[in-house]
Amino acid sequence: MAINPKKHEMPSQDPKVRAHNFNEVTLGYAMQVAVEEAQRCLNCKNSPCVSGCPVNISIPEFIARIKESDFEGAYQVISRSSSLPAVCGRVCPQESQCESKCTLGVKFEPVGIGRLERFVADWHNANSKEQPVMPKQNGHKVAVVGSGPSGLTCAGDLAKKGYKVSVFEALHTAGGVLVYGIPEFRLPKAIVAKEVEGLKALGVDIETNVVIGKTLTIDELFEQGYEAVFVGSGAGLPKFMGIEGEALKGVYSANEFLTRSNLMKAYRDVVDTPIMKGGKVVVVGGGNVAMDAARTALRLGAEVTIVYRRSMAELPARREEVEHAEEEGIVFRLLNNPTKILGYNNPENPRDPKNGFVTGIECIRMELGEPDAKGRRRPIEVPGSEFTLECDTVIMALGTSPNPLIKDTTKGLEVNDHGGIIVNEDALTSRQGVYAGGDAVTGAATVILAMGAGKNAARAIDEYLMGEER
Amino acid sequence: MYKIVRKRELNPTVTQMEIEAPMVARKALPGQFIILRVSEEGERIPLTVAGCNKEEGTVKIIFQIVGSTTEQLNHKKEGEYIQDFVGPLGRATETEGRKRVCIVGGGVGNAIALPVAEEFHRLGANVTSIIGFRDKNLVILEDEFRACSDRVIMMTDDGSYGRHGNVTVPLKELLEAGETFDEVITIGPGIMMKFVVATVKPFNIPVTVSMNPIMIDGTGMCGGCRLTLNQNGKKVTKFACVDGPDFNGYEVDFDEAMSRGRMYFDFERHAHEATCNLYKKA
Repeated sequence: MAINPKKHEMPSQDPKVRAHNFNEVTLGYAMQVAVEEAQRCLNCKNSPCVSGCPVNISIPEFIARIKESDFEGAYQVISRSSSLPAVCGRVCPQESQCESKCTLGVKFEPVGIGRLERFVADWHNANSKEQPVMPKQNGHKVAVVGSGPSGLTCAGDLAKKGYKVSVFEALHTAGGVLVYGIPEFRLPKAIVAKEVEGLKALGVDIETNVVIGKTLTIDELFEQGYEAVFVGSGAGLPKFMGIEGEALKGVYSANEFLTRSNLMKAYRDVVDTPIMKGGKVVVVGGGNVAMDAARTALRLGAEVTIVYRRSMAELPARREEVEHAEEEGIVFRLLNNPTKILGYNNPENPRDPKNGFVTGIECIRMELGEPDAKGRRRPIEVPGSEFTLECDTVIMALGTSPNPLIKDTTKGLEVNDHGGIIVNEDALTSRQGVYAGGDAVTGAATVILAMGAGKNAARAIDEYLMGEER
Repeated sequence: MYKIVRKRELNPTVTQMEIEAPMVARKALPGQFIILRVSEEGERIPLTVAGCNKEEGTVKIIFQIVGSTTEQLNHKKEGEYIQDFVGPLGRATETEGRKRVCIVGGGVGNAIALPVAEEFHRLGANVTSIIGFRDKNLVILEDEFRACSDRVIMMTDDGSYGRHGNVTVPLKELLEAGETFDEVITIGPGIMMKFVVATVKPFNIPVTVSMNPIMIDGTGMCGGCRLTLNQNGKKVTKFACVDGPDFNGYEVDFDEAMSRGRMYFDFERHAHEATCNLYKKA
């Protein structure tokens, strides 16, 4: 049988329809399509795909189970390595990880590993009757700070080994960036809630509304009998450009805009949290967060333009997200950089209610110059090329700097120049028994890298505590 | 869920509640704040801690009914529960080394000023409290201020109680008469704090202001609470949730902060009306 050179297409909502709703964009493979896609896998001996996976899922093995229509078996293979398959099947950048190493990809399109992972996880969630069994307790207590991807993974791995794990979450809902950052249309919140419920069934306590560094310190966690602590507190404060007008009304950080919509559900009319809806929105930045903010603004009724200082080739967002955004009607103004944000000011009437609201953004055209240290061509301003885009809202999606709360309240916890917590290869910080991983260590990165870090830390914590016992 | 242990109306628009939150009560210091959510559909709002009872595990909050959320909160009865309550957040008011302080509070801001005054009193400092209200009916916490202050100057805008005029009038008189303070601490509406700073400036006394911007998470994530400080001619962005809420009054850009505070003015007015109508129907 000849191999189909292309991946089976992912069914998705029509762009014209989905631009006006928050339902999930992609709909997932049907069973028959999943089996056919699985049959594209060559099951090659050296399995290069596994080396491309930050948590080393046994990819050919789970795909082989799909070929046999043993979907629960496939799920069990994945869950040996990953705690959050339904999440990773949706938000992992497979094109630069597992799928980039696929042998089939040398000549054709690689196997749709991510799509298959999602299919298996969704099948399990819909069909599996198996209740997770609470493992035999080993009598050791571990605290996890933050319930994002790294914290949930670390907690899950330790709970499976019999540890009593408490996860402390600062917000009112567990999930971290999966809940406040990634929009519903890319990752339905019911999926995150299901993963969290799964952890609870393993005996994990989730304590919301506890800010470590404020409500409790890391030292107090040790006083309370926790023998090790994993810090997965995530990225922190949003960066701004430092240009004129960033304090005007209508200027958001992507974190704020997305938190209002995702965590606080401001897109629903029945909730109390306000958000600026409609009008013209300019999103500054080119990462996945910029795409999420732009597509959220679009669904709230706005005309959306993305302004990015480099060209399409350098755009750091996932290709799929960029394509989705373009299909939905988002305009990309590439090689442009904002120079100031303009606001309304009625000199006749200082009490004019429109005063201080955004009216536009001034940008300058850029050209690409010599490559910088990272090999990316540096954007250079074209003198005199300033122009103005009219808008009502500006969303700055420029990344974040680490949160200072834990560093400031934990003596002896060393951080690097960027404020990221310093760890060794075993995820151990400069404090005995304190481990860290995810964005709190690396700065803003991906869900799967954070999961990998949480996994690594769980292994190291187990060795540390069991080593003591021996 | 967090239980409302006690509820008391301080005046027709200001309510005091004591909320069962032992972990917050154990830690909270004057100047810090909490964030609460009344219900599952509710927004997160920051309120400064107005005191706490560590033995009982309760935290006191005082709020003015200004919008939908505070209206909903005020409809909760003693013994009922609110959805979320997290803290203590922000940095505590600095008290070290201050021997003579002047606390200048305005309106519901006095509810936050009181625990700061009490803390200075407890530490043995000489406390002058200048507390201002719109009129006699809105006066709150007078006895409590008298109990912890060496001197209380009561002001009302319309002269219906205490002295007539705003808080800067007696402040200026004291300073001009040669009174000195290690620090002036002011808590109230932005415009009042701005004028307190302007009044004190010629006398070279440090002024600390307590900022109350719009916030969501309150833990250093969303950046909504940012404000601009002018530090030695340089503009610096700070975040009230982790860097404040107290700031050096001489550095704060009040006009910008006040403008940002009105971002959702229309939305809030409509939401408040809608909420009031709902309660009327019920």
